[in-house]
Amino acid sequence: MFYNTAGQFKTSYTKDQSLFPVKQDAILLGVVLLCAWIIFPMTASEFTFKTMLMPVLCYSLAALGLNVLTGFAGQLSLGTAAFMGVGAFACYKLITIFPEMNIIVAILLSGVFSSAVGVAFGLPSLRIKGFYLAIATLAAQFFLVWLFEKWHWLSNHNPSGAIEVPNIDMFGITVAGPNAAPVTQYYLILAIVTLITIVTINLTRGNQGRIWKATRDMDIAAELIGINLLKSKLTAFAVSSYIVGVAGALFVFLNLGAAEPNFFDIPLSFKILFIAIIGGLGSVMGNFMGAILIVALPVVIKFLPDAIGLEINPATVEHLNIMTVGALIIFFLIIEPHGLARLWQLIREKLIIWPFPH
Amino acid sequence: MSVTDLEPYTTEDGREIGGVVMEMKNITLRFGGVVAIKDISFDIRQGEIRAIIGPNGAGKSSMLNVISGFYTPSEGQVWYQGQPRPAMKPFEIARQGVARTFQNIALFEGMSTLDNIMTGRLTHMKSSMLSQGLWWGKAQQEEAKHREVVEKVIDFLEIQNIRKTPVGRLPYGLKKRVELARALAAEPQILLLDEPMAGMNVEEKEDMSRFILDVNDEFGTTIALIEHDMGVVMDLSDRVVVMDYGKKIGDGTPDEVRNNQDVIDAYLGVAN
Amino acid sequence: MEFLKKLFVDPFVEMVSYPDFLMQVLWEGLVSGVLYSLIALGFVLIFRSSRIFNFAQGIMVVFAALTLVGFHAMGIPAWVSVIFTLGVMALLAITIERVVLRPLVGQPDIILFMATIGITLFLIGGGELIFGGETKRMITSDLGIPTGSVDFEPFGGLLILQHLDITSVAAAVVLVTGLLIFLNKTRMGRAIRALGDDHQAALSVGISLRTVWVLVWFIAGVIALMTGIFWGARAGVSFALEVIAYKALPVLMLGGLESITGAIVGGLAIGLLEKLFEIYWGQPLLGGGTETWFAFVLALIVLLFRPQGLFGEKIIERV
Repeated sequence: MFYNTAGQFKTSYTKDQSLFPVKQDAILLGVVLLCAWIIFPMTASEFTFKTMLMPVLCYSLAALGLNVLTGFAGQLSLGTAAFMGVGAFACYKLITIFPEMNIIVAILLSGVFSSAVGVAFGLPSLRIKGFYLAIATLAAQFFLVWLFEKWHWLSNHNPSGAIEVPNIDMFGITVAGPNAAPVTQYYLILAIVTLITIVTINLTRGNQGRIWKATRDMDIAAELIGINLLKSKLTAFAVSSYIVGVAGALFVFLNLGAAEPNFFDIPLSFKILFIAIIGGLGSVMGNFMGAILIVALPVVIKFLPDAIGLEINPATVEHLNIMTVGALIIFFLIIEPHGLARLWQLIREKLIIWPFPH
Repeated sequence: MSVTDLEPYTTEDGREIGGVVMEMKNITLRFGGVVAIKDISFDIRQGEIRAIIGPNGAGKSSMLNVISGFYTPSEGQVWYQGQPRPAMKPFEIARQGVARTFQNIALFEGMSTLDNIMTGRLTHMKSSMLSQGLWWGKAQQEEAKHREVVEKVIDFLEIQNIRKTPVGRLPYGLKKRVELARALAAEPQILLLDEPMAGMNVEEKEDMSRFILDVNDEFGTTIALIEHDMGVVMDLSDRVVVMDYGKKIGDGTPDEVRNNQDVIDAYLGVAN
Repeated sequence: MEFLKKLFVDPFVEMVSYPDFLMQVLWEGLVSGVLYSLIALGFVLIFRSSRIFNFAQGIMVVFAALTLVGFHAMGIPAWVSVIFTLGVMALLAITIERVVLRPLVGQPDIILFMATIGITLFLIGGGELIFGGETKRMITSDLGIPTGSVDFEPFGGLLILQHLDITSVAAAVVLVTGLLIFLNKTRMGRAIRALGDDHQAALSVGISLRTVWVLVWFIAGVIALMTGIFWGARAGVSFALEVIAYKALPVLMLGGLESITGAIVGGLAIGLLEKLFEIYWGQPLLGGGTETWFAFVLALIVLLFRPQGLFGEKIIERV
């Protein structure tokens, strides 16, 4: 009833290829954007900003980057966190070497570095396929984290190898560092995430998207219809690592404020991978749903026993959380291997014909 | 009408057959010690339907793979448009106007019919990644322009109703048709069909034969095809190459081939 | 020039001048290599019989060791605890087959792989929930594993072999030999190998997929327990042990996912080489800690030249 698509005719191919051929989808997205841009910021507490809203956005962005590589181009990567690290460290070096540089520019530039590193580690992808490639991406994961720890130049010779974000002003407003207001940081993150998401949607629905998907679905056929596989895979590595790197820089500079090298270790890589899987490989919106789930889960696990009067210690919460995530992954793979995004699609198909299913 | 006569001519049903577009010169293909193709030469002329037939294991598919560049011949050369073709990657050969279908359907299962056919256009698309990312100006126009070409192919092959269906859900016969559509969308100079009728029932075979003839007739596309079904091949093609155990044992019009003693032996078996 | 000397000359001079130290390094590399081989072997068995890239293999090592220590802490005698732990591993194999694998039969490889990541997380969370997150001591002496050492004096130097290490190498050799005999001589063993060669064909001659799967996951569990005991005895039992499980992955890249020989040779090679590299190049030139990535980078480089791994067969692509 609410999702009735009858009467929405397209009179040109351009219109048929527009982002929201169905009007209701556009309205729904409008509501989501309204919440993200106006309602949440007006109602959220500082704590909610720091521990929920901003991490959700940063995780979503990182998962989006991984999804370009794994979900769209079909190259499984287990080294996402290391590329986030490259972005964060690159950003740190940029703002210490060029203190005058605008922080937004620095963050967007730092993606270029992770992109370059991503392409370097993506080069073997033409000869190494499938699981072998997945293991090869672990080489990047372990090597890069080791490098963050050992190469003290990266952290400006901080003995622990950690990076600490100084106070950074932009147009007279403090946007990063201990003095920054969470709401300012939230808007900056939201703006960058929105921008990159739009560009990614465009890339994946057009010709480049088809090239990646063809590479993913059947690489031999893709090559025989004229796709340069090396180029297709390397552009996927480049775009993916760029987004992941920006996500890392955003996360550290505008949300966390500091990070040690081992923050970018393999558990973070897995976390991002789960978000992408649970959200749905080959989907853009799924990353946001997955990130919300992953961030909300420990909160729910913590508050649920509280609500019914059970005492539960923080370590147990953490363990239960890990266990639940594991169980959820298996659950989703069995019920719907394409994740929350596909689940939503199915619901939508049902809604279109509801309440008269014939 | 003799095969050695290379003057352009018009067939009985009024199609123009031109000069040689592609020529295999002494092609040999080995895998380790196994010889899949042994010293084969033949040509393909502009606008004709050229069939390669032979019993199982004769090397037909290997031959098609050599033409489309998936295998590089161990010896010999492929001449294309009057020049020897240098060593190239398969994707470069596709960009020179050689499109193909596959024996075991090779569609992109994660995409819709429309997107699958749109991939056929990618050798013609030029907009940069930046412009695609912004979905502004050139990228958007280009997308609409190529969509038009694709829609023509969709109309031609009568698959309008499955336009937005994920190809994974389609039945076998339709998948074969979508694959043909993808190859056609590339507007190829030479269209290679690898057993286009394998596994089809009589009705589907008739449909497919009609499409092949129509493609050749309406667009003048040169077609080289491999097929098992002798009857279909003889009806469809202008000239036929017959292979057996990696060697060429016959070459000529369907009538000539049908009366060739070696061909009869290969197909019916010969008492030793 | 100075750097090149450090890179290409000094390490070898060092090796020749102190051969006893070199032997010590090689021995320790060998012991690690044996354990890498073991984990990789469990992995290869599962992959061959079910095409599942079992990421949980490493975590099963920790889980088995924790269970063993946990039972013992409840006052159960050491060897009875081992039997109980084997029971838990069997139960785990059955549960995984029933709950995870059976509903996912026929899904693409990547989905099954991710399911094993799910299992990994579930076991980490569950293990810590039951046994707590702190490091525990392996019950080495209770199991009757000797803890002393023997000293040799080759070339007038000193070479110390821990009894523990000797035992683990010996036990590994026994286990691998037993496994090879099982795979080659028994009906069930042949069924596992048949399943690896061709799923459909194996099913059509009456091999039960479910039985084989439970069996290989149980064997993987046994291997995990064994690795867990010996590695736990060296480093303590905690989830930090999973790091060694990651080491099995480059071993698999090097040896090929399906090759039993590859797993053994690859494991030994990586154990030896990463130790040599760390001692003679890593510590003096790179600040140490190279063991985390050396194996991966080595495997990556080898794979660039031989994409099918050292023992895999060359793949001819077809369309």
